[in-house]
Amino acid sequence: MERVIVAMQDPDMGVKMRNQRLLITVIPHAMTGNDVIEWLIQKYNITEEEARHLGGLLVQYGYIYPLRDPRSLLLRSDDSPYRFQTPYFWTSSRWPASELDYAIYLAKKNIRKQGELVDYEKENYSILHKRINHTWDFVVMQAREQLRASKQRRKADRIVLECQEQAYWLINKPCPGAFDVLDLGPERCNVLSSRVALIEHSRRALGRNRVKSSICLESFMKYSEQYLHHDPIMSGCLPSNPWISDDTAHWTINTDMVGTPTRLRVERWSFSFMELLNDSMGRREFMIYLEKEFSAENLCFWVACEDLRHGESSKIILKVEEVYKNFLAPGAARWVNIDSKTMERTLEGIKRPHRFIMDDAQMHIYFLMKKDSYPRYLKSELYKNMLAKAIVPQETKKSVFPFMRRQRHSSPSPAMVTQATEDDGKAKGAGPTGTSSTTNSQI
Amino acid sequence: MCDQTFLAITFGPCDSCSENRPLMNLYIKTEPINYCSLCMEIMACQGLASGETLKSLKAESETLRKKLEEERKKLHDVELEKVAEKAEALGELNMKTRRTLKGHGNKVLCMDWCKDKRRIVSSSQDGKVIVWDAFTTNKEHAVTMPTTWVMACAYAPSGCAIACGGLDNKCSVYPLSLDKDENLAAKKKSVAMHTNYLSGCTFTNSDMQILTSSGDGTSALWDVESGQLLQSFHGHSADVLTLDLAPSETGNTFVSGGSDKKANVWDLRSGQNVQSFDTHDSDINCVKYYPSGDAFASASDDSTCRLFDLRADREVSIYSKDSIMFGAASVDFSLSGRLLFAGYNDYTINVWDVLKGTRVAILFGHENRVSSLRVSPDGTAFCSGSWDNTLRNKFLFTMTAYPGQRWANCAPPFGTPNHGQM
Repeated sequence: MERVIVAMQDPDMGVKMRNQRLLITVIPHAMTGNDVIEWLIQKYNITEEEARHLGGLLVQYGYIYPLRDPRSLLLRSDDSPYRFQTPYFWTSSRWPASELDYAIYLAKKNIRKQGELVDYEKENYSILHKRINHTWDFVVMQAREQLRASKQRRKADRIVLECQEQAYWLINKPCPGAFDVLDLGPERCNVLSSRVALIEHSRRALGRNRVKSSICLESFMKYSEQYLHHDPIMSGCLPSNPWISDDTAHWTINTDMVGTPTRLRVERWSFSFMELLNDSMGRREFMIYLEKEFSAENLCFWVACEDLRHGESSKIILKVEEVYKNFLAPGAARWVNIDSKTMERTLEGIKRPHRFIMDDAQMHIYFLMKKDSYPRYLKSELYKNMLAKAIVPQETKKSVFPFMRRQRHSSPSPAMVTQATEDDGKAKGAGPTGTSSTTNSQI
Repeated sequence: MCDQTFLAITFGPCDSCSENRPLMNLYIKTEPINYCSLCMEIMACQGLASGETLKSLKAESETLRKKLEEERKKLHDVELEKVAEKAEALGELNMKTRRTLKGHGNKVLCMDWCKDKRRIVSSSQDGKVIVWDAFTTNKEHAVTMPTTWVMACAYAPSGCAIACGGLDNKCSVYPLSLDKDENLAAKKKSVAMHTNYLSGCTFTNSDMQILTSSGDGTSALWDVESGQLLQSFHGHSADVLTLDLAPSETGNTFVSGGSDKKANVWDLRSGQNVQSFDTHDSDINCVKYYPSGDAFASASDDSTCRLFDLRADREVSIYSKDSIMFGAASVDFSLSGRLLFAGYNDYTINVWDVLKGTRVAILFGHENRVSSLRVSPDGTAFCSGSWDNTLRNKFLFTMTAYPGQRWANCAPPFGTPNHGQM
């Protein structure tokens, strides 16, 4: 931030500073709020709203202080005069605001005009009085001296110094409940690491294969283009964005097990194999297709391996046994076709089962499906029928009466849904519908 | 009235040289060690082979770094801006706050969406973790943690549990029960144990495993059921502040960013640090993967966001502007990866065009730092949480200029006064 301030004070390019009038005294080297904003707009090529925001932050952090209404740290975009805070008082210098200084400041205020201290200041004053009672005489004496010295200055200087100090203390000891710009969150400490590890790492990194930038960047372009119509923020969503129209239709027609999927959804399955598998309906469709081709065991194997990888630790041994029994044992009911090397390795590993033991086999089957069955599925009648059947929802017309708000209904919590399915004992649960549910739980 | 700081600078006898010096507190294998800075350096040299000195190691690592830079440069044949010239320019983006979730008594530090696209869990400085239905703005569950500064929270993929943690150095999992009389806190399960604050947590593809990052410089993978440590990841030389799981096919990597200005990519299975990027000038506050999994974006205290490509192994784009002087705290991509939303410490949210590198919009509306920002799972909206105690959901009216595309309606929304940009 200091860069900005220094630039602003530059005599040629900086903000226009003139002598401003504050009531009857003339203050040199001051500027109006308006000037600040205009300068910011010009220099950084931003909108007025942003400039106002930025200027406001400069004031809040104490780099500029107001002369007219020193208690409120706001940037007003009009004629109210402002000045730059001296670097001595900048927040970034970070030397802690000592209690002694604060005590002197409060004492000065007290002496100058009785009762000028605001509530929280009065509290702080009495707390300090108790705490540093031993040096209280010193404090009062300092305060008196400073006041006397300031009386001998010109009125303009006096006002400036007063405002400076006030702004500084407003920031460093803010009113309770007001916002504290110095609040930074928990400390972050540093941990040392060994250089040897760094060197190892750099060596390994040197040996890695890299891809040309042009190829990588092209892929970003392609990805963005491909998904453009699927991105609700970029292209809107049909029938309407639920957050804007309060209508949950968009979510209802896209639930997991809806009867007819939307066209966008079905199209997405053709983007990549992962998309197809991630969508439960897509997975189901693919399974149907594979059954026709008599290669459904591949998908079943993949699903079982995923379950093993992400499931409970306690059940790993059990699951590995099952997978072996169903898919890998010679003569198994759903024997999967993996190459002999992988098979050997996997069978060896089963003797010491752990979570990732099936990874090689799973990878092999995954790529098999991806290269072989997946492209054929996309060309199959099954997929084409799905695409044809898929609906393109109508965009809902905006209501004529703009103030007629739809009821926002709550939907069943996912926790409740899974409980229901467990009770039923069925694999496929009833999808959550967006219609009104019983409880409107408020806490 | 001061906030908790837990780096106590102690002064006393050093454990190894027994002189009275300012001590640095370090934990090695959960054993606290108090060394002065000199002995610390000496300890860092352990592991030196004979004939090596600290100087020679430094020199060697410098030369290796330079070599790495050269290698990376060789394959860099085009800039993203050039490639993106072909892309259509984005029209003006008009986003409005649609829901404001009020209810936290203190700064909102973190939030996460549920897979059902409407529920959100958020955590705050006063220890409260609240589950909202953002669509109706109802609060569904509330848990009070026995600690303040709950900096991390996550929703389980099934929607049946939440995980959260902070200054208590642990990650706890709470199963969400619908019985209103049940005390959620009673069913809490402590999963992760670190030696410093918890900065981030996320469930891997199921409810059974959690990945956490911590201020002690490590990340770790835990089994929820047993609370066992499955894998730990060492390699950051300072606090790890953020992490994100890769959406790739093999689902085996994650990226983490830390106070040491580095972003590291790790392999979940082996615990190895696979790739490392260190072009930032300051702490990395947030990392997020690009939707395709080939790249990730990072937000840092040096007021820039950067895009790093994993296959090209380098930084490919910087998103920064002179008028942005405050650090970025949080980033997320829109569904197609074309837009990057970033929340900053100057209370604004800037929306960047990922491909062209320009800023598309700036959003006001928060009255304090934006601490966390996430796009909903189906991309219809994004939610931002801030130190002004609220969460705001923002959604969009687009006025894009794509040929052949219908123009979205520009009429004002129901019931909200038209302030222009909010």
